[in-house]
Amino acid sequence: MMNIIWGVLMLISVACALMTGRMQQLSDAVLSGAGDAVQLVISMLGMMCLWTGLMKIADAGGITRILSRLFAPVMRKLFPDYEPEGPAVRAICMNVTANLLGLGNAATPMGIAAMKEMVKTNRTTGTANNSMAMFVVINTASIQLLPTMLGIQRARYGSATPFDVVPAVWVTSVAALLVGIVMAKVLEGWGRGHGKIR
Amino acid sequence: MEKFGSYLVPVLISLILLFGFVKKVPLFDTFLDGAKEGLKSTVSIAPALIGLITAVSMLKASGALDIFTAAIRPVAAFLGLPPEVMPLTLLRPVSGSGSIAILDHIFSTCGPDSFAGRVASVMMGSTETTFYAVAVYFGAVGIKKTRHTIPAAVTADMASFLISALAVRLFFPAA
Repeated sequence: MMNIIWGVLMLISVACALMTGRMQQLSDAVLSGAGDAVQLVISMLGMMCLWTGLMKIADAGGITRILSRLFAPVMRKLFPDYEPEGPAVRAICMNVTANLLGLGNAATPMGIAAMKEMVKTNRTTGTANNSMAMFVVINTASIQLLPTMLGIQRARYGSATPFDVVPAVWVTSVAALLVGIVMAKVLEGWGRGHGKIR
Repeated sequence: MEKFGSYLVPVLISLILLFGFVKKVPLFDTFLDGAKEGLKSTVSIAPALIGLITAVSMLKASGALDIFTAAIRPVAAFLGLPPEVMPLTLLRPVSGSGSIAILDHIFSTCGPDSFAGRVASVMMGSTETTFYAVAVYFGAVGIKKTRHTIPAAVTADMASFLISALAVRLFFPAA
């Protein structure tokens, strides 16, 4: 999908510049845009390294295990098709915790492990069951406690207190997550008979 | 809010360090391991950012972004959103780097502490790259029919776009 979007965005720009007579501005933008991207990456590097380093300390101290035990009761409710102490629910808890802490690199492999566990009991191959859909919907919502990347970008443009938006982010994230979970439950009837396990 | 913003990071760092200290984690060695991972993942998004920030600067310079923003103004007004953030709502679920590029553009034109800048911040922080997550997780286990996953996930994204403007009005009444 990005292949088409990216190409179309650039072609639209050229066509639009042709009509508005802003060809010079457009070629300047091509030259400066690439440089701006490199500057952005460099300004993100420091804070990203600092934060992933700090989170590694928290992870090594066992915070992921502690928090994932806290989530277990909620996860059991959301994934009733799987054994509460089973490998699927355990992998799901670890994935959710890693997402919460902003450990994207750790969250994805754990999420894939959870999907592999869920696929084992899937009756119809190639079709998602309700638990898989629920799990992926939760992963498409952002539940990161500290949006580091956002803070860096806000600071770069001179925000007085880059993290002052965090409470608003939390409220919005939780509300959107609830909408996602409710929608996933409500729409479970879709393609009925395909998604049941066992 | 300002006080909260300035305390959040120092408090978190202290908590993490104290926790690691109590749990006898080799603090600096572990930090270096993690920082190396951060270096790798940040550098790995550089090519995508170069491609997409160039595309967004071209859209801006050609006037296409202004035309789009003006055209979508009535829709934005109806939804209670600042028109500048509308491109972000379209790109956010599809591309992580693309939305970073748009966010960068919004901050540079409106400022991060403007109403549009804050709404864009909340949108960015409260959503994920939905289609990427769907592709990664279902792709990993060979699931083709995702049933209600995308409708539910996209509804959640739209909810967070609408709520973000309300949340900013609630937390920053002056702006």
